[in-house]
Amino acid sequence: MLPFLARRLIVAALVALAVSAVAFGLMFVSGDPAVVLAGQAGRAQDVELIRQAYGLDRPIPLQFLSWIGNAFAGNFGTSLYFNLPVAPIIAERLSVTLVLGSAAFLLALVVAVPLGILASLKPGGTIDRIALMLAVLGQAIPSFWLGLILIVIFGVWYGLVPISGTESWQGYILPVVVLNYYAMPALMRLTRAGMIDVLTADYIRTARAKGASQPRVLLVHALRNAVLPLVSLAAVQFGLMLSGSIVIESVFAINGLGRLAWESLLRSDLPVVQAIILILSLIYVTLTTAADLINAWLDPRLRSA
Amino acid sequence: MKILGTTALAGALLAASFAFAPAPAMAGKADDTLNAAFALEPEALDTYKIAGREGLILARHIYDGLLYKDLDTGEIKPALAKAWRFVDPMTMEFDLREGVTFHNGAKFTADDVVYTLTTVLDPAYGTRFRIAIDWIDKVEKVSDFKVRIKMAKPFAGAVEMLADALPIYPAAYFKEVGSAGMAAKPVGTGPYKLTEMTPGIRYAFERFDGHYAGSPKGKPAIGKIVVRTIPELNTQFAELMAGKLDWTWRIPPDQAARLASRVQIVNGPIMRISYIGMTVTGKGKDYPTKNLKVRQAINHAVNREAIVKAFAGGASQVLNSACNPKQFGCAQDVTKYAYDPAKAKALLAEAGFANGVDIEMVFAAMPRPVAEAIASDLGKVGIRVTLNEQQYAAGVQKWRAGELPAFFTNWGSYGTGDVAFIISNFFGGGADDLVQDKEVMELVNAADTSQDRALREANYAKALKKIADQAYWLPMYDFNINYGLSKDLTFKPHPDEFARWWLSSWK
Repeated sequence: MLPFLARRLIVAALVALAVSAVAFGLMFVSGDPAVVLAGQAGRAQDVELIRQAYGLDRPIPLQFLSWIGNAFAGNFGTSLYFNLPVAPIIAERLSVTLVLGSAAFLLALVVAVPLGILASLKPGGTIDRIALMLAVLGQAIPSFWLGLILIVIFGVWYGLVPISGTESWQGYILPVVVLNYYAMPALMRLTRAGMIDVLTADYIRTARAKGASQPRVLLVHALRNAVLPLVSLAAVQFGLMLSGSIVIESVFAINGLGRLAWESLLRSDLPVVQAIILILSLIYVTLTTAADLINAWLDPRLRSA
Repeated sequence: MKILGTTALAGALLAASFAFAPAPAMAGKADDTLNAAFALEPEALDTYKIAGREGLILARHIYDGLLYKDLDTGEIKPALAKAWRFVDPMTMEFDLREGVTFHNGAKFTADDVVYTLTTVLDPAYGTRFRIAIDWIDKVEKVSDFKVRIKMAKPFAGAVEMLADALPIYPAAYFKEVGSAGMAAKPVGTGPYKLTEMTPGIRYAFERFDGHYAGSPKGKPAIGKIVVRTIPELNTQFAELMAGKLDWTWRIPPDQAARLASRVQIVNGPIMRISYIGMTVTGKGKDYPTKNLKVRQAINHAVNREAIVKAFAGGASQVLNSACNPKQFGCAQDVTKYAYDPAKAKALLAEAGFANGVDIEMVFAAMPRPVAEAIASDLGKVGIRVTLNEQQYAAGVQKWRAGELPAFFTNWGSYGTGDVAFIISNFFGGGADDLVQDKEVMELVNAADTSQDRALREANYAKALKKIADQAYWLPMYDFNINYGLSKDLTFKPHPDEFARWWLSSWK
């Protein structure tokens, strides 16, 4: 297990580094950051001064090396837009996104897995049809639309929850529900499909023949095998939620990492964008590595892969 | 997030739902807090590093300048300077007000003026708009309450810039904390002090009780202000409807009409105008826009009246001169191009394009439907337009490189009511000038550097007339802004796009 783990971690670190380098280059390809920083009223001479003041006139590989060197020393630089250190700005936004993403992901799991199992028991039955309908709706309804409708009903009409912002914990209720509904269908479908597949297997029949109870058959024998693809999908889904859903964060005026990344890209705030890309790629590789490890633990055959 | 803002289905549903909404509560009146929202995040609150309007609005509540422009009367009033004069054409002298205190308790003196302006003049400081300060050579202290500004070049906009665009920081504090410190904990002499900030997200202000007596900004009526970023317009409307917001702006005309029955909508014209710039020099490229008749055909082909009516609404009007009529020097006695497709076709034929002509038009920071309406009008007379939407930065970069025959965008003149801030940029021979008309350049330059208002006006008028005669631009229309307000709030909009909450009060 240990060599497997070491191999995975080295690959993970290299991927994060490569993603950062590519992202750095892409930012320059997409337009001159100095022009963006100068703003719409910026003259050509303002652009030149900004280019010099922020060191944007140095060769791009050199800029990247100095950035990555500082980042390893824990210094992510100063935001060009806020004129403040990057680290505290990102920490502030990341904490919001972590709460939102984790809560929505847990809720999605809590809803999707039992619903998937129940649906798989009688394919085509009432519960299955209801579950599939919920999944189809979840995939079909745009999340910003659902968000606005919930805002109108629970925020404007009944005034039960805050409409936007996360100044109180109640502010998380609607966005968590919407984000969960966005993530739930795929998890539910995969649980259902996996369970239907596994429940017809020989070893399940054997377990039943040996007199194992229904819950034991489902949760111990079937779920362990059905859950393998779910773990990989869940890792990606969780990563998506932690990279922030820009749409949901916009609708509910939640200033999380997703919005910060989007806005910073638009305003060419290089230090912020780079730090976010590094953090997000680390989150992604950590999650997918964790998923691989969990799967290897669940199915020993995968360890030699 | 434009896609969100314009999503018709959600917007329609939301609008329909307003009918069921309860009457808005008292919003911030009950606790004397003006709750405002911007869609965009404000920048660092060091004024000299700000390019966006949101940050500048907040900064003007925190800081004061030497002078102040009363936009209602157009009069320049004394602010931190109680009097000023030109000692010679290149030297301005200021008598400073005594007894002014900064938010941190420091006393305001000549040292603050000298240190602030000298610091931001240094190119290493990275002041965002050099145009605001590059006319200053140096700032000298004459006595504790008297300073002189030596000009580096004659600049007609100097007084405008001193009126609030160049705020004075407390020297000792500024020296200690620098630009980043001013951004993190700004300290000024303004009518409000910042009490709390989550950068880009939430800003809380409290009325500064030590604000100097006799300030042209007056004593604010409202005690506290909280400004939040709410990117999605529909969410802003919901907050407004629910009575949790007192002030928001830039509401599209159709939405404003829907909201008008539930909240207070105030409309006001602004200095920003939209235009189509046409490349005449071309830098080696043979664009059809080099041909005067093609440019004239373009001017005649676009039905600007209809476009303004359909898309701009409110106080917007069709423009003929390459400036905003509210600006000093924006002469209106120029060639006007009425909507006349037949004439446009004839002009095109005369130019040798009887079978039509192809042209690329990049548009940036303008709504796609407007660009499409223009392209459709041009198409009707045989000018086949390839529309290409780009971010402003990308578009302007291509424009400056001479890679675009036509560029449809807008310009705000820094919110300043003087044509110097528009035509010198586009026709004064700089990087944005792809016309390079020597005669126009000379006229603009003479007007820009003179203090003689009559001479300036005459020269700008001649320049604008030639610009129109040669159809270098297609001036489109000026903009207006819809503000959505709580019914309890009084708020007066100003054409420079600076919200002045210090003038607001509760009804």
